[in-house]
Amino acid sequence: MNSAKLSKKLWRQRYLILMIFPFIIWLIIFRYVPLWGWIMAFQDYKPGRPIWNQEWVGFKWFVEMFQDPDFYKAMRNTLIMSFMGLVFGFPLPIILALLLNEIKNIAFKRTVQTISYLPHFVSWVVVASLVSEILSPSGVINQILQKLHLTNYPIMFMAEPRYFWWIVTFSDIWKELGWNTIIYLAAITSINPELYEAATVDGAGRFRKMISITLPGIMPTVIVLLILSIGNIINIGFEKQFLLRTAATRDVADVIDLYILTYGIGTGRYSFGTAAGVFKSVVSLVLLVFANWFSKKTTGYRMM
Amino acid sequence: MKKKTAGDLVFEVFNYTLMVILAVVTLYPFLHVLAVSLNDPYDTVKGGITIFPRKFTLINYIETLNYPQIPWAVLITVLRTVIGTAVGVLSTAMVAYVINRKDFIARKPVAIMFIITMYVGGGLIPDYMLVRGLGLMNNFLVYILPGLISPFNVIVIKSYMEGIPPDLEESAMIDGANDFLIFWKIILPLCAPVIATISLFIAVGHWNSWFDTYLYCSSEPKLTTLQYELQKILSNATASSQVDYYSNLDPNRTMKVTPHSLRMAMTIIVTLPILLVYPFIQRYFIHGMTIGAVKS
Repeated sequence: MNSAKLSKKLWRQRYLILMIFPFIIWLIIFRYVPLWGWIMAFQDYKPGRPIWNQEWVGFKWFVEMFQDPDFYKAMRNTLIMSFMGLVFGFPLPIILALLLNEIKNIAFKRTVQTISYLPHFVSWVVVASLVSEILSPSGVINQILQKLHLTNYPIMFMAEPRYFWWIVTFSDIWKELGWNTIIYLAAITSINPELYEAATVDGAGRFRKMISITLPGIMPTVIVLLILSIGNIINIGFEKQFLLRTAATRDVADVIDLYILTYGIGTGRYSFGTAAGVFKSVVSLVLLVFANWFSKKTTGYRMM
Repeated sequence: MKKKTAGDLVFEVFNYTLMVILAVVTLYPFLHVLAVSLNDPYDTVKGGITIFPRKFTLINYIETLNYPQIPWAVLITVLRTVIGTAVGVLSTAMVAYVINRKDFIARKPVAIMFIITMYVGGGLIPDYMLVRGLGLMNNFLVYILPGLISPFNVIVIKSYMEGIPPDLEESAMIDGANDFLIFWKIILPLCAPVIATISLFIAVGHWNSWFDTYLYCSSEPKLTTLQYELQKILSNATASSQVDYYSNLDPNRTMKVTPHSLRMAMTIIVTLPILLVYPFIQRYFIHGMTIGAVKS
């Protein structure tokens, strides 16, 4: 394209350019400038000096991080809670979607769905408040346990480190179970109805059809989502852990992001915190690329 | 109609029972907290409240709304949700429209620039330092600007726009409309269903967010949000010291209510708008989720 043609085209598209321009500026400032901050991880960042005028320290912070027992604790907690979330949280929405699909009373089905989506829309702050109320010494769980004579005195669920991972896992399931069924229910509607008719002719019962037709029908969706969540294993966030932890459960609650928050912003060690953040980003990117490759290899479906 | 087999019947009973249990388990915590919040605070201490208040009173709500921070927090939360949603949705739709225009000169590079940010980000500390460097600490704009556009939402709106026939734009262009007018007068109204869905998601995100207040605005009482105020009460309630945050502000106040009942009332206040609009909007988001699911 010669320059006269180009400038003519630019002029013709001046409104489009004007419409996108502010957002390109926004994108550069709020999404690309922070990437530039990564170099802080290799410097001994001191506030008040520009970033290009800082002392370079190489991998000092990474070495320090790998020698810190708290880092391993945070890593352990992250991996355990991610893994528990996968093992208990992943199959349940699939089962719920299969069961919901078998309910023929539309009004009842809609009601159950509407109720099950609701917790998705409230904040983690609210969920933490509800959870600590239900699990309090006088809460409903303790009442039930005492009525059933499973315990003689109330259990302090929120203050016991050994319950913390379970509380996080089940709060998460409670909040997102219904919401996560939507994608599977959408996949179920695209299954060819002729398959069910053929199975009925062959004498298959309701349960049989669910296992032999519906489940295989949504398998591609299941596999893609499973691979995707494996790729996100280090990205479990910190909200639930931050809000559900107590002074007594800190040791089992600290995840990578809380580690960064505590050591980076809390104590003002910006370089160290950034190094931990860079480490997390690199691991997550590697996992995503691997998951993507694996997905393409096994299902032929590429996510990126 | 085919006769049901015994196995089918067992399965059906099992299935319906399970769904009822699920509904009860989901709803119980909300109903219980609502009951406690509407019950006399000193009667609550005796225990035994389930989903109905025993001694009905509004004192917990009156007391909560009487704390000087709370009306401010309501105002800031509403402002942030309304402004943040309006600006956010409009920006997202505008970006989606330009990226979707097949003839746009920088279509590919701009799209790639947005998509990259879905996979890499600066992280907590660089983001924090950017906000500080831009002077956005204790500034209302920190609620709107940093999270203005999510590339995921751009993709959802864009994939909806792909279904609009380009003839509509062409005929408008012949009539002399410029690109912005086409976007505003033709494309945006046609995208109403997807815009409604995305607005809902962005609005819920604004309403529910507390961490940006915690990180950026916690030293400015006039800028804190409702979720952050609840988080403060919560973290004080669960702290081993058991210090009541609000009773420290005004010791005379806690004579009328207990910290526990106060927290329950606050939880309901924070949840109420969502509970109120939820029945009206829930048919939209299923549709929106399906669009997103197919594409992602």
